Order: sequence, then structure tokens, then C-alpha cells
Amino acid sequence: MEQHLQSDRPGVARHGSRLGKRLAPYLLISPGGLWLGIFFLVPMLAMLSLSLQTGSIDTGFRQTWNFGVYPHAIGEYHKYFLRSLLYGGVASAATLLISYPMSYWIAFHGGRRKTTYLLLLLLPFFVSFVIRTLAWGFILSDEGILFGTLKSWHLLPSSFRVLNTGTAVVSGIAYNFLPFMALPLYVTLEKIDRSVVAAAGDLYASKRETFLRVILPLSVPGIFAGVLLTLVPAVGDYVNASILGGTENHMIGNIIQTEYLYNFNYPLAAALSFVLMAGMVIGILAYARVLGTREIEEYV
Amino acid sequence: MPDIDVRLERVTKQFADTVAVDDLSLDIEEGEFFSMLGPSGCGKTTTLRMIGGFEEPSIGTVYLGGRDVTDLPPYKRDVNTVFQSYALFPHLDVFENVAFGLRRKKVPKDEITARVNEALHLVEMTGFGKRKPSQMSGGQQQRVALARALVNHPKVLLLDEPLGALDLKLRKQMQLELKRIQQEVGITFIYVTHDQEEAMTMSDRLAVMRYGKIEQIGPPEDVYETPATEFVASFLGASNLLDGELGRQTDGNTAVQLAAGSSVTVPTDRVPHDLYDTQVKVGVRPEKITIEADRGDPAPGFNHVTGLMRMATYIGVSHQYKVEGPGAKELTVYVQNLGAAPAPSPGEKVRLVWHPEHTFVVKPSAPLTQEEEVE
Repeated sequence: MEQHLQSDRPGVARHGSRLGKRLAPYLLISPGGLWLGIFFLVPMLAMLSLSLQTGSIDTGFRQTWNFGVYPHAIGEYHKYFLRSLLYGGVASAATLLISYPMSYWIAFHGGRRKTTYLLLLLLPFFVSFVIRTLAWGFILSDEGILFGTLKSWHLLPSSFRVLNTGTAVVSGIAYNFLPFMALPLYVTLEKIDRSVVAAAGDLYASKRETFLRVILPLSVPGIFAGVLLTLVPAVGDYVNASILGGTENHMIGNIIQTEYLYNFNYPLAAALSFVLMAGMVIGILAYARVLGTREIEEYV
Repeated sequence: MPDIDVRLERVTKQFADTVAVDDLSLDIEEGEFFSMLGPSGCGKTTTLRMIGGFEEPSIGTVYLGGRDVTDLPPYKRDVNTVFQSYALFPHLDVFENVAFGLRRKKVPKDEITARVNEALHLVEMTGFGKRKPSQMSGGQQQRVALARALVNHPKVLLLDEPLGALDLKLRKQMQLELKRIQQEVGITFIYVTHDQEEAMTMSDRLAVMRYGKIEQIGPPEDVYETPATEFVASFLGASNLLDGELGRQTDGNTAVQLAAGSSVTVPTDRVPHDLYDTQVKVGVRPEKITIEADRGDPAPGFNHVTGLMRMATYIGVSHQYKVEGPGAKELTVYVQNLGAAPAPSPGEKVRLVWHPEHTFVVKPSAPLTQEEEVE
């Protein structure tokens, strides 16, 4: 009798599953959470602490709460921060302008070969980042295959050069981060309901108006993601500047690298990294506000 | 004689290796609720898309209001479309969705506001202007899609299975609603559907299509009562069809010799002339048949066959019977539930009786393929 009653009570069985339901989200995020906790948060705090230490590699570093390193880092190196932002920004804009028509074409006119085109787009990126950048250096070099030929035909003045200029760095970054822009753009454009595009045509919108009033607004989430994915790594990048930029076009990443690996000024390198990160976070929050992530959720 | 609003003249549409629409001619009158009905792949949607300008005919001419529009893009035609998936702009609110066409046409602001509100009122969506499409149910989105098309006062409204995504109850409600709106605005509606009941409920005239051709066109009653082919008879409603051959004519009646032995009569004016000396199917609708016990002599002047009651199903408003008729053919009978006589039980021998006026003779058609049934 007692047993019979218990087995019939739905609350008992439900209790267990309800607990499971409550725990499920935490269980699901715990691997990622742990990962980030150990490999991101802990080193971050260690870096923060390191930036406030003084000393040298020989005598050792001691925690002295030297907050003065931050004004120093900004005052001394603001030029590199600004240059990084400029290069990263221009490169991201260039990537957007190059990727959009390409992604648009694949998404809307790729037909059955969409996957092939995407593969072709990604193919160069199967080659190592550094090798690719070196190859760009080869192409952009003063007497190289491209400019050397043009100069020999007297189409360019012999003083013309691209390698070891800001333009080389920006074009290198734009090239290297192309897939991070093209893929999110492709995904959002591909997802746009074709009947919505047809509806715009039916409601008297010309091709241009259809693009400006319907397709472009609906692809904003892709633009947002693409810019985020290119701008953030681009600003912090040092490979392009060191391979394509020569000595005159260092970005903040090069400075951090030099301070860390060659000058052993760990506190300064840590402080510079922190300023860069804080600046990016603030910038991205402002950017997200403008393009509105809440709006983005509504499109989906 | 009302004006012709839409005219298709010998239109053919060929895709890579299939002919979607085959030498089709069609006149649709002004203010008419016209439906195109047929199985998957019959060419109804392609025909609609050619009227809308989304598809160009391979051969033939499309006229709208007497003007040749064959080569004009959709936005240059006085036609609007309600899409199957509603196709509302997800980034715009209801007001802006409805105003979209008017804004493109550079209608003055005050007039836009007035016309949008009027259109929302027409579809009973007043007060929803600030909602986003994602915040509305399927039925509400459908109403907005309708308002968005009607607000432009098109000559013709094209509807491509607009109720396909709604559940049955809402669909029935929207069918009546669509009919009301069409009568209120007086615009020509061209409606594409594979749902025969939907087409019959709303249409002034309908065309039953198959293989890119029109099998039969006319008011729903005519097509239902006098189907022209076996395909129409079985696609539009249910039919009982028996194999036979046309025989002697006497006093305005024609005898049909059934393959299974006995014979039935049909008024001669209900027999298409080109069917003499060919194999035909003779048919009768399930609700036109009465069931009697197989005793005594059948009443003279009526058609009758005998059969074995196989299954009786109670559906509330009616009883549905499956009877094994001549040649082991399964026949269906609907009897309205008047609560009078006790229902015949399975295993009984019965006689099915119907009036010759309710008999029709059709040309045999190829059965529906699997592809045609997919929708």
C-alpha cells in the first residue's frame, strides 16, 4: 500500500529530474568555464600582478604596486597604440569591402558550387600564417615579381616601394584575416530568406533598394561578427608588421614582443598588454552598443 | 461581360529538362477569386510566378489589364504577391513592413500613415504596428503579409499557398477571412493551392492542373458535379469510379456497360462526345448514393449496383461506408447522420442506388505518382 502510493506520486520522480535540469546549464559550461578559468583568468591575474612589480631579470622582480608603469606605458608608447588601431581599423575595413561582394556572390549566386567556392576561399589559409606572410613579402618586394616587372615596363617609377611601409602591413593583415570576415558574412547572407528578397522586388524596390533596405540590414550580424573577429587579432598582431613593415612601422604587438623577449622588461610588457586589452574591451562594448546585439538577436 | 484582368496566351515554361507549363491559355476576369489547384509539380506555382514576373515564359504572352507585361520585372507590374512563408522583413516592424511598398513608390508621408492604418484595420491587426514579425503568431504574420500586399491597391493579388503553414482550424478561419477581404476590396485574387477544399470554399472559378496543363476550369460546383477527367474526379473530392464502355442511346439517356457485368445510365448531355467507342470510367460522388438492403426489385429510373458491406465508420456528422462493389472495386458512401435508420453492418449484402443525373463519365487518367503526392 505504502509502496503503491509512492510509485504513483509524480513529485518524487520529477524531483530528481528537476535537480538535473537545474544543474544541466552549469554542467554544460563547466568544461569551458574551467578551461578559461585556468588558462585565461589565472595568467591574466598573474600578468596584472607582474605589471605592478619592479626589478630586473638578474635581481628578480618584487611586488611594489608600481602603478606608475601605466602612465609611463601610455605616455611613451601611445604612438604605437594609435598606429595599431589605425592599421587594424583600415585592414578590417578593407577586409570588409573585399569580403562582402565575394561572400554575397557565393551566397546568392554560388548555386551548387557554393562549397567549392568556400573551399577555394579557404585554400590559401591551409598554409602557415608566417609562410603566407613571407610570400606576401616576396610579392611586394621592391624588385619582386609584381613591382619589378611593372618597373621594368616603366609603368612605375623606380623609387616606388610598398614593402616596409604601412601599406604593406595593412595589406598583409587584410589578407591574413580575410576568412574571419568572409565566413561570418557568408553565413548571414546565406541564411537570409530568399522569399524576403523576392518580396522586396514585389514591393517595387529596385535591385539597389533591395540591397540597401533589406539585404544589408539583415547582414549586420555578419558584419558585426566579422569586424570583431578581424579587428581584435589585427590590432594585436605583430607578425605582419615585423615581416612586411621593416623597422619603421612597428605596431604595439612588436613593442610588447621586444620588451618581453629581448629587453626582459616583463612589467612594462605586461602593462602594455593590459592597456591594449582594456582599450579593446571598451571599444568593443561601444561598438556593440552602436550595432546593438539585442537587435541582432531579433533577426535570428 | 466583365473585363479580362489577366490573360495568358499559349504560355510555355521550360526548365532545363522539364516542361513546367505546357502551352497554357487562361483568362481571369476582373474582381474574380480564381484558384489554381493541382498536385505537386503540376505547374500551378510556375504559372503564378509568370503572372507575378518572377519567372519569364519560354514561349507565350502574359497580359495584365490588356497590356503585354511578358518582359516586365515584378516591380513594374501592377501585381502584388502574398508568399507562402509570409516573407515579412524581419528587421522592420509591422507598420514599416506594410509601408514598404508605398515608401518605394514615394507616396507622401501622411497618405502612407493613413493607408497603412486602413490596411491593418482591414486585416484586423490595428494596434500591432510596433510589433516585430518574430513577436507574432503565424496567423498574425499572414494577416500582415496580406495587408502589406493590399495596401498598394494592386490590380491583381497573387497568393502562393498562403495558408499552407497554418494549422487546420486557423486555416479554415483564414479562408473565410480571405474571401471577406477579397469581396470588400474587389481586387482580383489568384490563389494557388493543393488543397481542394480550400479552393472550393473560396473560389469563384478554379482550374485543376496537371502536367503543366489545365485539366478543367470552371466554377467549383460545375467542376465538382461534372468532372472532365478521372484525375479531376479523384483530385477534387472523392469519387467512385467503375470501368465501362458507352453503349446505346435512348430518350436522351446513354447506357454504360460496366466491365463487371451490369449497366447504368447517364443523361446523354452529360457524356462528352469524344468518349464514344473508348474505354471510360463511370463515376458517382459518395454523398449521392443511398444504401438499401438488397431485397425486392430496385426502383425504376435509378442506377444501382450491388455489393458487400465491408466497413462502417462513424464520423459524427455522417457515416462513411466502404462497400465491395462490382469487380471487387471498393466503393465509398457517405450518409448524413440523421439518426433515422440503423446503420448496415459489415458483411451484409447491400444495394447502392443513385440518380442518373448524378452519374458522370470521364476519360481514364494515369494514377497519381509518388512525386505528385509530395507537397
